[in-house]
Amino acid sequence: MGSKILLPALSPTMEVGKIAKWFVKEGDNVASGDILAEIETDKAIMEFEAISDGIVEKLLVTENEEPIPVNSPIAIISGDDDTSGEEETSPDENVTIDLKESTTVSAVPEAPAEKLEEDLSLENVSFKSQTVREALRDAMAEEMERDELVFLMGEEVAEYQGAYKVSQGLLDQFGFERVIDTPITEHGFTGLGVGAGFAGLRPIVEFMTFNFAMQAIDQIINSAGKTLYMSGGQMNCPIVFRGPNGAAARVAAQHSQDYAAWYSHIPGLKVIQPFSAADAKGLLKSAIRDPNPVVFLENEILYNRSFDVPELDDYTVPIGKAKIWKEGKDITLVSFGIGMSHTLEAARELENIGVDAEIIDLRTLRPLDKETVIESVKKTNRCVTIEEGFPVCSIGNHLSYLIMQEAFDWLDAPIICCTGKDVPMPYAANLEKLALVSVTEIVQAAKSVLYLEE
Amino acid sequence: MMKKSVNSKPKESRDELLKLYREMLLIRRFEEKSGQLYGMGLIGGFCHLYIGQEAVVVGLEAIAEDGDKRITAYRDHGHMLACGMDPNGVMAELTGREGGFSKGKGGSMHMFSKEKNFFGGHGIVGAQVPIGAGIAFADKYRGNKNVTFTYFGDGAANQGQIYETFNMASLWKIPVIFVIENNQYAMGTSIKRGSSTPDLYTRGLAFGIKGEMVDGMDVLAVSKAGKKAADICRKGQGPYILEMKTYRYRGHSMSDPAKYRTREEVQQVRKQQDPIDSFRNKMLKWKIASEDEFKNIDRDIKKIINEASDFAQKSPEPDARELYTDVYL
Repeated sequence: MGSKILLPALSPTMEVGKIAKWFVKEGDNVASGDILAEIETDKAIMEFEAISDGIVEKLLVTENEEPIPVNSPIAIISGDDDTSGEEETSPDENVTIDLKESTTVSAVPEAPAEKLEEDLSLENVSFKSQTVREALRDAMAEEMERDELVFLMGEEVAEYQGAYKVSQGLLDQFGFERVIDTPITEHGFTGLGVGAGFAGLRPIVEFMTFNFAMQAIDQIINSAGKTLYMSGGQMNCPIVFRGPNGAAARVAAQHSQDYAAWYSHIPGLKVIQPFSAADAKGLLKSAIRDPNPVVFLENEILYNRSFDVPELDDYTVPIGKAKIWKEGKDITLVSFGIGMSHTLEAARELENIGVDAEIIDLRTLRPLDKETVIESVKKTNRCVTIEEGFPVCSIGNHLSYLIMQEAFDWLDAPIICCTGKDVPMPYAANLEKLALVSVTEIVQAAKSVLYLEE
Repeated sequence: MMKKSVNSKPKESRDELLKLYREMLLIRRFEEKSGQLYGMGLIGGFCHLYIGQEAVVVGLEAIAEDGDKRITAYRDHGHMLACGMDPNGVMAELTGREGGFSKGKGGSMHMFSKEKNFFGGHGIVGAQVPIGAGIAFADKYRGNKNVTFTYFGDGAANQGQIYETFNMASLWKIPVIFVIENNQYAMGTSIKRGSSTPDLYTRGLAFGIKGEMVDGMDVLAVSKAGKKAADICRKGQGPYILEMKTYRYRGHSMSDPAKYRTREEVQQVRKQQDPIDSFRNKMLKWKIASEDEFKNIDRDIKKIINEASDFAQKSPEPDARELYTDVYL
């Protein structure tokens, strides 16, 4: 009686190997942990040890023969009573097992469709004028009032009242336990927030700007974004990462970047970039309640802009739903965040030359409300996308692909993506202006798509 | 200074002592089996075995209380078994099957159990450390007396995020025990070649965190140090650092030619310091159990492991429809 020792796979990709050297000979006593042989693969020579005690009955392969496949028998070791897991030999049995066969390859299933909620009806609702900054603060205050598991942490959020004053007054209202100033250590406090989320709290992590979140991007993507999947659905992370994103003014390359496309690339994250104060409030409240990690991209220039905000006790906006800002019939302009600002201005200029543009504010970038965009393009047959981010692998690129796939026959012209320029943001005022997407470019793109060029 | 190993007959009951032995042996046999299944191609990818380090996690789990949490990196099979996760589910995750703790979607490095407060299983060196502090922060936020055991290796001890975490944990008195499993090699780089200061238990001093070095090959010494650290944290006087001097017998992962250390070095540790053999010998000396009883335990464990191995091979691969589940809740 003995057990067959099979040529082991010593790396994830090893398929064949040869015995470079035997360290035992027939008749030897071996103990668990003794080296049996040196196995040579195309990458390395590695030692192979006995996993149980016994006597070497037979060596089935000699040194430096041609490489043999993984799982071929190489020796027989007689058992003491510890033969668990090794195969009992029977002389003529072919024990080479092809384990690869057990892997079934099925057709790739369809990705499930998103279920979308509708916006609250705002008929008979009164509105008040509020800045985006105030709307964001109110959203946090309302949610912290509603659920004591919600807390805010970040640099200067408490005593300083927020680097951009978004958290103004929250410390007085909720105290140091729930409004927490962190040291300037994004990597560490983001990870800490993610852990608190795994443990069932609902952290809001404020980044002074999203540029600094790059120090913490591993925790956002690898820890917050992927753990639900990696845990087979057991461990979710209800966390919001928020702060100003994109270019401010004259702060140059390292402080001026739009992360919309970066985070939208990641399955497991939701990504929101609101434009109006009402959406900022309603979407931030939804983000805080969402059981998934949400990246909430604000904009410093928009903080001070005022918009009408519904006067409701609990105003929320569904995540994943675009908003048709203005209906139109001639062309679809799709944008989000501060891009909407330029887009609305461009639409006014277009109106002056008789072009009736439909304007869509995506609001959420992941999950993306492609239905609203596709429906619009099927109506207008033309589309321009507008964003501040870099042109390569942009949100506009992705939208163009979706439209090409689902509304190709409705298109009367190629889509144009208006984006920031493909350069790090320059400091000089004139160059900065050139690097950003402009109203003139949007108008020009729309005219081009409408074949209106003089 | 390393705390002396425990050599006099301990205060733990016979049952407690036998349980420690059993748990360590379970991990040892489980890992041997994992190595075997890897060799047979049934386990793929990266697979980091815990053999040699068993006393660390078993000793600490012995003093953990209900509601305590634990989190570690990718050498995680031992931690899962020690906190009571079912060996069948762990092994089936290694083989990538439906019956695994993550339904086959996580693998060796990414397993979790909400029920057992096991927060993973993390594949990025050091990333689990701020997360562990965050889990402990949640206990402090809720006002309960639980602690979080946050394990990391001597390699991770040089990661920047560890020190960001030390700072916040100390500043906010977070009830976290940083357990540095110093197995002396960060993949193939010995501690001498990778760490400017080799005494890792002193790494918290700049932040006001006390620490001590513990013989991580002695399960009773580990328990004793762990109890002290946990008491400190439960009293709101944490965090605390425990540097466990330990050793891994196998390579960093399965695909490790191990040319950075000699065979003799490994064999010497194995012969002189093995956490399981040395504990067994002590118990024989203290007349806590007989050879026969140990043989019975061996037999029981072997049975559990063989069952786990069978389960892990018979459990089907996840349904193709699982591809798109669990991305969002």
